[in-house]
Amino acid sequence: MIVALLLLPLLGSALLGLLALRQSTSDAADRLGRWLPVLVAAATFGVAVALLPGISAPAGGRVVDPKHEIDVSWVASLDVRFHVGVDGVSVPLVVLTALLTLLCTVYTVRSLPAPGRAATFGALVLLLEAGLLGTFVALDLVLFFVAFEVVLAPMYFLIAVWGGSAKARHAAGKFILYTLLGSVLVLIGIATIYATAGTFDLVELSQRGGSGIARGTQVAAFLALFVGFAVKSPLWPLHTWLPDAHTEAPTVGSVLLAGVLLKMGTYGLVRVALPVLPAGARALAPALGVLAVAGIIVGSLCCLVQTDVKRLIAYSSVGHMGFVLLGIATLTPVGVNAALLGNIAHGLITGLLFFLVGGVKDRYHTADLTALGGGLAGRQPRLGALLAFGCVASLGLPGLAGFWGEAFALLAAYRPAVALSRPLFAVLLAVAAVGTAITTAYFLRLLRRLVLGPAVGAGTGAMADAHRLELVAWAPLVLLTVLIGLYPRLVLGLTEAPVRALLQVYGR
Amino acid sequence: MIRAAWLLPALPFLAALIGGFLPRRAGSRLPAVIAVAGTGASLVLAVPLVVQAAGRGEHAETAHLIAPNAGIGVTAGTLANGLAGLLALVVCVVALLVQVYSVEYLHDDTRYPAYAAEVSLFTAAMLAVVLAADLMVLLIGWEVMGLCSYLLIGHYRDLPEAPGAALKAFLVTRVGDVGFLLGILLLGTHAGTFRISGVLAAVPAMSPAVLTTGTLLLLLGVAGKSAQFPLHTWLPDAMAGPTPISALIHAATMVAAGVYVVLRLYPAFAAAPATLAVLGGMAAITMLLGALAALGQDDVKRVLAWSTVSQLAYMLGALAVGGVGAGAFHLITHAAFKALLFLCAGVLLHETGTVLMSRLGGLRRQLPVTYVATVLGGLALIGLPPLSGGLSKDAVLDAAWAAARGRAPVGVDRWVGVLVLVSALATVVVTAAYLTRLILRAFHGEPRSDFAAHEPGGLMRWPIQLLALAAVVVGVVGLRSSWLPSWLGVPDERLTPQPGMTAVALGLAAVGVLAVGLSWRQAPADDPARFLGVRVLAALRAGLYLDTAQDRLVVRPVLRVARAVSTVDHVLVDGAVESTGPGSQWLGRLLARLEAGNVQLYLTGMAAAAVIVAATVAVVS
Repeated sequence: MIVALLLLPLLGSALLGLLALRQSTSDAADRLGRWLPVLVAAATFGVAVALLPGISAPAGGRVVDPKHEIDVSWVASLDVRFHVGVDGVSVPLVVLTALLTLLCTVYTVRSLPAPGRAATFGALVLLLEAGLLGTFVALDLVLFFVAFEVVLAPMYFLIAVWGGSAKARHAAGKFILYTLLGSVLVLIGIATIYATAGTFDLVELSQRGGSGIARGTQVAAFLALFVGFAVKSPLWPLHTWLPDAHTEAPTVGSVLLAGVLLKMGTYGLVRVALPVLPAGARALAPALGVLAVAGIIVGSLCCLVQTDVKRLIAYSSVGHMGFVLLGIATLTPVGVNAALLGNIAHGLITGLLFFLVGGVKDRYHTADLTALGGGLAGRQPRLGALLAFGCVASLGLPGLAGFWGEAFALLAAYRPAVALSRPLFAVLLAVAAVGTAITTAYFLRLLRRLVLGPAVGAGTGAMADAHRLELVAWAPLVLLTVLIGLYPRLVLGLTEAPVRALLQVYGR
Repeated sequence: MIRAAWLLPALPFLAALIGGFLPRRAGSRLPAVIAVAGTGASLVLAVPLVVQAAGRGEHAETAHLIAPNAGIGVTAGTLANGLAGLLALVVCVVALLVQVYSVEYLHDDTRYPAYAAEVSLFTAAMLAVVLAADLMVLLIGWEVMGLCSYLLIGHYRDLPEAPGAALKAFLVTRVGDVGFLLGILLLGTHAGTFRISGVLAAVPAMSPAVLTTGTLLLLLGVAGKSAQFPLHTWLPDAMAGPTPISALIHAATMVAAGVYVVLRLYPAFAAAPATLAVLGGMAAITMLLGALAALGQDDVKRVLAWSTVSQLAYMLGALAVGGVGAGAFHLITHAAFKALLFLCAGVLLHETGTVLMSRLGGLRRQLPVTYVATVLGGLALIGLPPLSGGLSKDAVLDAAWAAARGRAPVGVDRWVGVLVLVSALATVVVTAAYLTRLILRAFHGEPRSDFAAHEPGGLMRWPIQLLALAAVVVGVVGLRSSWLPSWLGVPDERLTPQPGMTAVALGLAAVGVLAVGLSWRQAPADDPARFLGVRVLAALRAGLYLDTAQDRLVVRPVLRVARAVSTVDHVLVDGAVESTGPGSQWLGRLLARLEAGNVQLYLTGMAAAAVIVAATVAVVS
């Protein structure tokens, strides 16, 4: 079944690539180029959801107990295997990826950004999806790395070609160079692990829990993985590619970038770095925690003075991912559960926000707050109400999905793993909590300037409210934000047992 | 019924969902019917709940795990006891009356459906706070209320001050809630559960440091929600919302939640004398501050808002000195008379288009029902026994007096009792003064404008008449210890007024009434508070400039820091990244020059590199 999960988007992408090569400009080809990705993404989503019933708690003392597992030799000479499977840690991200890709393809049916070329666009989005899904199901480090890299190229082209503005190329270049630098470090980390442990197999490596790898090697390898994944997450101060990339990316690119690409970094930390290199993690977790909290504060303070809405949401991601990284830095089940839940919540909510801001930008051709003026709620009630919902969810209102990840990350920081300094994490806890107040401040400022108040500014012209296809693409995100907010067990029920097994090595 | 208590918040929530997604049709009565039905159904269920829960010492609890997380999970469920039942009843009654009143008040408002749905959600959130068995679930209701107040205060989109006031209400309370969340996390971690019953059961085993820190953090959230100094600044501005909303926020929801949480978790607070002392100090400052600021206002709604700030401090002051029953008693009576006063102010605004006292006057002939209702509510607020507020306020004073003599039921210092008592007595004078001023300026003397005001229709009048009745009689529940005190589970606490204290309070109130009354006699057209002097009045009207202080000390510095941080992030952090482009080109040119075939240079470089690698390996392993 997992093969289908990966093959469907790959085949779809190849098919669309062929369609694009024909360079037909007929209406039928265009329509096919828009609807075929929807079909493929829907089928992939179906497969992803079908994986869910098989997920269960790890049995028999296994640290990682994947389901739907496939383990065949791939590159025998290098000891590389095609080893894939899903467990409670990865399956929420698999479903999120499939869902967001589906919604993006639905959205693109009507709102394909300039310069058009639906088939190419669809091919890239599906290739991106294949890479993302591959990253989340890979249980072999080389396979993981390959999938991790596959993602970069399509995203580069999505930003550079469909970005629209003159600065898009620069932003895309910055994105790919910066994240390639991160990838090099990930590769170094993986090579170091293989050099000492003699296997690329994640299940096996997690089971060993670092035994057989000297502490110094663990620290060095963890440092490489840490920095590599931190670029992706992004962790302050390695985040500056993000605002540029988001500001220039087309709506769909922003949604996938914020919704799932960033999660590759935090997922990598949880899947690879934490279980395989516990001694390294213990040594560097304080640094991770400090930088995560710095990101929360810097990110949210920057949001307070942004004038471009897309840039603002991008910076808000730095803050939100700071909470996710803080949860990971505690090295506790509570914190890692918080991180995994925070990942999903951020994907849903920030995905929604980028969709909405994209909708605004499509209509007014600007995302500048001053140029847009206020009073969106009066002019486009549905768009205004959805924006208000997105902002309120993103500021972490209890009862919506975003709250739990942050609250549990703070809870975890109060009692970090035994090896970590409690006073340090207590300080981090207090500072991060202040970040939630600043987060409220900037989202309310955004709502006040954009949504509330009398209608003024460039946006006063008559513009259409959210249309049906947009609502179809956005409604699932709203619904899931509420459902997970009221019943976080939907996600925690999946992650809780595997996370506990995964972190046994930190023994509490 | 107790097992079905979850229906109380669920029904208004359902009404909010249905009402919020109803297709908009002009003139449809359906939104009103749904809103009233949702809250009405909850009220019907609240009555048997009170009957069953009142007087139960033990808690009736239900629980369902919604967030498992490594042993410390969050459960959804209800925890019904006498206090929760009573407050649920009060919430349902006031919310229902506000919904009915709003049908007529917002008759011409095209956004009424959204308004009604938001009020339903507000009610649901408050009922969730009241009944929640788990602190995290309580927090959900707590914060959703903040959201609802934000939406409702910002209801009038064309009002220039509305968006700002809405933002302030949400943001100031959220700042307090940072502490509230941390307090919950702290107490929850040490108790091993977020269940209220579990936390309270763990109180005796907790260290004083944890208890004091935890309750102080909770107190931050309480100060935000219940508008206590220094987080009170949002409440007066919240008057930008529709008037019935003020009645809802000030009487039954939102501000009451803060006091309620202290009541609900009282065993934890009682075990932390330092927290009680802080609470007492905060309440003593706030009650006088609120009353003085009320004296300086021209806007009737702002008078009432500041009065709420002051009255909430009475409740918290009582709790600071161990007067659990007195605090709860005042919470209940205040709900009745403050809702009444706000709905009366709503009539003024609805019929005359203004609530500025400098433009009102002489309305008692045109609005006789509203006049009588305002006077009754006012007398209850001033504290004339046997009107409800008179009995409950005397209970607060008695509790403070007992503490001042060292007879408090909790281990609080005597000086806290003295502080609360002195401030409360001084506040009695000022309260009498500002209410006398309000009634005289709005209803007596010559009309200052040319109004043709009429009493409103039944939907607005009946809620006022019912609340007026409640404001008069509801105080009797405190007269016997087998009534309110035992319903609350504090049968030993006496809430009956002590003649001596009542006489003192009445005398002080008379001073306030007479001072304003005589001043008004001299020049009925002028502000009777003018004897305070122009500068003092201006300071009072501006709430002692605490708003300005908040702006200068918090808002502007934060924005300045934000600008600086953003610049640093752009110029330094991103600048470093951006300069790697030109930097590597420069490096490339440099290297190209080095690659000129100089073997000696190559060898030196290789040796240096080998040393560095060796050193790194040595350090790392």
